Amino acid sequence: MALDGNALAGPLAGIYAFDVTTARARCAHCGVVARLARALVFASAMGIVARCRACEEVLLTVVERPDGTSVSARGLAWLRP
Amino acid sequence: MTWLVAEVTEIVEVTASARAITLRVPGFRGALAGQHVDLRLTADDGYQAVRSYSLADTALDDVVELAVDRVDDGEVSPYLVDVLEVGDQMEVRGPLGGFFVWRPENVEPVQLIAGGSGIVPLAAMVRARRRAASTAPFRLTYSVRSVADAFFAEELSASAGVDTTWVYTREPPPGHARPAGRLAPADLASTFGPSQDPAVFVCGPTGFVEAAAALLLDAGHDAARIRTERFGGA
Repeated sequence: MALDGNALAGPLAGIYAFDVTTARARCAHCGVVARLARALVFASAMGIVARCRACEEVLLTVVERPDGTSVSARGLAWLRP
Repeated sequence: MTWLVAEVTEIVEVTASARAITLRVPGFRGALAGQHVDLRLTADDGYQAVRSYSLADTALDDVVELAVDRVDDGEVSPYLVDVLEVGDQMEVRGPLGGFFVWRPENVEPVQLIAGGSGIVPLAAMVRARRRAASTAPFRLTYSVRSVADAFFAEELSASAGVDTTWVYTREPPPGHARPAGRLAPADLASTFGPSQDPAVFVCGPTGFVEAAAALLLDAGHDAARIRTERFGGA
């Protein structure tokens, strides 16, 4: 399902201490800075992948499971509330 | 953020393929217009599905108001539109999202652009504006296939201080001057221009949002002033 970064608000609500969708994020691949709400988001039963809207490389992945949520944020150079 | 138990208290038909669903959700507090919730449904065999739905109104605490359109090949929306009954339970997480939000203290002009059921969070903004007796000038451009596909048509057209323009993509009503067709550059004539520096909210299916945002950028709107929310579907 093709969505956007607004859909990250719920899955990441228990991970970060602020609303990540309004946070500015720098893509580690191309260096573009944008609010995370503007990212491309693909959701499936496996989890969620957020990609940079400029270069389409992976910013972060989220997997929600009954025993907790795992986040890989390798594609973020930084995140600022 | 914890999942809250929700019970369906009211279901009202909105169009032939959409229903307004009201949930009683003890502990649900402080929603802002434009925000969404995540719904979690659990099947008898334990299978769970989570989907995001925009709030159609934010008037009351402990209450979640949604309007859901059936996506025929979808997994969750056909259940919500065709099967769900008053008294059924599910789980809700929210209110969520601070990006696609209008706050009643904002006095600047607001341009709303909706495609299909993308009207839902924008209708929440119109309702919040009315409730707060806000004088912020609102304009709404609402793209639908035909009159029968419009959500909340009467209410939106009757909203004082909200100037609504209809775009019919397939079947305009008799006497409607604009021919059928997708949102085009000429449709921006009825919107706030870049010189008025409106806050712009665009919501709809991905293709609609991309097209609308491109038109706005071409017309000279600042990308940072255009806030978008896309929903999935084929």
